[in-house]
Amino acid sequence: MKYDIILCGVGGQGVLSVAAAIATAAGIEDLHVRQSEVHGMAQRGGAVLSHLRISDSEIYSDLVPQGSADMVLSMEPLESLRYISFLKPEGVLISAQEPFINISNYPELSSIHDQISKIDNSVLVNTEKIAKAAQNPRAANMAIVGAAGKYLPVKMESLHKAVSILFKNKGEDIVKKNLSAIDLGGAI
Amino acid sequence: METYALLGDEAIALGAVDAGISAAYGYPGTPSTEIMEYLQHINKETGKPLARWSANEKTAYEEALGTSFYGKRVLVTMKHVGLNVAADAFMNSALLDIRGGLVLAIADDPGMHSSQNEQDSRYYADFAHIPCFEPFNQQEAYDVMSEAFELSEKLHVPVMIRLVTRLSHSRAAIKTSPRKPENPGIKAPDVKQWMLLPALARKQWHQLLGKDVQMKQFSETSSWNSLELNSKSVGVITSGLGKNYFLENSSEYTENYSHLHIGCYPLPTDRINKLASHCETLIVVEEGEPLIEKQLRGILPQSTNIKGKLSGDIPREGELTPDTIRSVFGLSPKEQITFDSSELPGRPPQLCKGCPHDDTYKFIKEVVSELSESAVMSDIGCYALGALPPLQVPETIVCMGASITMAKGAAEAGMDNVMAVLGDSTFFHSGLTGLVDCVADNASVTILVLDNSTVGMTGGQETILPSDRIKQIALGIGVHPDHIHVIDAHKKDHEQNVQLLKDELAYKGVSLIIPVRECIEYFRKKKRTEKKEN
Repeated sequence: MKYDIILCGVGGQGVLSVAAAIATAAGIEDLHVRQSEVHGMAQRGGAVLSHLRISDSEIYSDLVPQGSADMVLSMEPLESLRYISFLKPEGVLISAQEPFINISNYPELSSIHDQISKIDNSVLVNTEKIAKAAQNPRAANMAIVGAAGKYLPVKMESLHKAVSILFKNKGEDIVKKNLSAIDLGGAI
Repeated sequence: METYALLGDEAIALGAVDAGISAAYGYPGTPSTEIMEYLQHINKETGKPLARWSANEKTAYEEALGTSFYGKRVLVTMKHVGLNVAADAFMNSALLDIRGGLVLAIADDPGMHSSQNEQDSRYYADFAHIPCFEPFNQQEAYDVMSEAFELSEKLHVPVMIRLVTRLSHSRAAIKTSPRKPENPGIKAPDVKQWMLLPALARKQWHQLLGKDVQMKQFSETSSWNSLELNSKSVGVITSGLGKNYFLENSSEYTENYSHLHIGCYPLPTDRINKLASHCETLIVVEEGEPLIEKQLRGILPQSTNIKGKLSGDIPREGELTPDTIRSVFGLSPKEQITFDSSELPGRPPQLCKGCPHDDTYKFIKEVVSELSESAVMSDIGCYALGALPPLQVPETIVCMGASITMAKGAAEAGMDNVMAVLGDSTFFHSGLTGLVDCVADNASVTILVLDNSTVGMTGGQETILPSDRIKQIALGIGVHPDHIHVIDAHKKDHEQNVQLLKDELAYKGVSLIIPVRECIEYFRKKKRTEKKEN
């Protein structure tokens, strides 16, 4: 088993937390994990890309090859399209539907949504609604983790465990709200 | 034996601690920063080792030399271009009789994710005549530290670890070994081997050339350089992450390639010859400059067919990927979904919302727009993002500290209205000496030190000294008190800041304007820490 994920979004949207949640869950299941992150200049409101590879055997490259990703998982619709070349023809694209507009030439949102829905396996997630229902406006990224859950080679239970570990320092309330966002994301 | 999921940088840090270092010094710079951050994290938990940021890479390197002089193991860390700053200390340190192991972890940035060039630090190791290790995954990054310190103490030379962004910033699980004890403090036994006076330096140079032979022997027999002879038609030489990408595609190869992986330098020439005499063609896959390939080719004609970056079979620029090396192995690109993403608008990094630099650039921009001739020399830091739209104020960005000195040169060439823009940490790093030059010659420059009280770009490390001392330093050096202004970097003061800058540009001498406001990210980080601690 080998599962490659391209995670993307805009610096500050919590892409690394999405990666950490899934990577930790895979670690809990004793799978091999490689996770390549972006630090430094690009984190300042720029396009952010992280490669996450999960396998039951040794992983060599930190980078996912083009046309090989089983999933593109994005916090932002425009960014999900930017890395489509990584996706396998039968792969799935999951993106938050809400745009993050910090550039003056952001395209018409409906055309971005249209282009995404033309991809064979694509899912747009209303993360705002889920975050609201989970009573944590900052849980949009966990809604995305939840939406990815049923495709990932890890159990929902492991994702729960991972989130409990990662958010432990922030208190029980935050853990609970993030778990709720994952469940709501998983239910769509 | 414990397992951790660590970044390559963190694996280097933990490896150094487990190899028994007493101290570490460095200057922040992407992608090397997390080495020191992790050491500081370990220090916070266990009280050891000493893990300090320095004013710049040169001071860091020299501090490390001092630790080594006292017989203790020490790590010094910086990014590739940082080694340029430390190069004086570095080159000379190769001639010293190193007793306490001295290892430098240098992180290169192929692809220039967060840097101004793609220089390959392996050249520096070759230049200085020191050994260099190149780990290809996180486990090796951990394991290499112990071996590097042993080699440093065995051959009495500094040893380089060359990292690249993709290893520094990738996470994987590693297994650790028991921690070694620190060395006792023992002064270098022969101080004559630490004094590079010409007569003594000649002896040290002679000795270093002798060590070249030992280094070569090490390299030839080391398990870091592994040769596997299979196919007689094609042999592959990989180094660093090139190995990962070569193996990534291996399920698609129709041939069982002969393979030499180079993980330490100087180059194992015997093993290379063995491979070359076994195979008709060699493919060289290395991250960065074609350093190995260039040495293989030399100048004179040769019988072996060599494919790599110089032959144009692998891209000469940017980062290696599993995709960029496919064609040299005869593999076609993988099937992709048809979609042209080149039409999508780019999303370059930008100043954070509410960043104080934004307000400073706005008043500079207004003043500049009314001048017939002007120059804004800038520097390396967050404020460099002001060069991109919509601000587009900085006009030069070269290297740490160059803003002030380039401004001086342009002003002395007769240019009017020359400004230098740099941050507080960059000022302490290497702006200070430039200011000395300006005052010495009473250059007509207006220097703006954008004081946000932190090293912003690399994630908010503390500035080496409280930045409110910059004013006192300038006074002490001799900038005229009437031409030093500490102002608020805030849009409410926009009009008066515009007027102030105009006045100072009209002054024919050194002016220093310090717009002050805390970095918005640093401010948030501080609040979060306070909240956690309460």
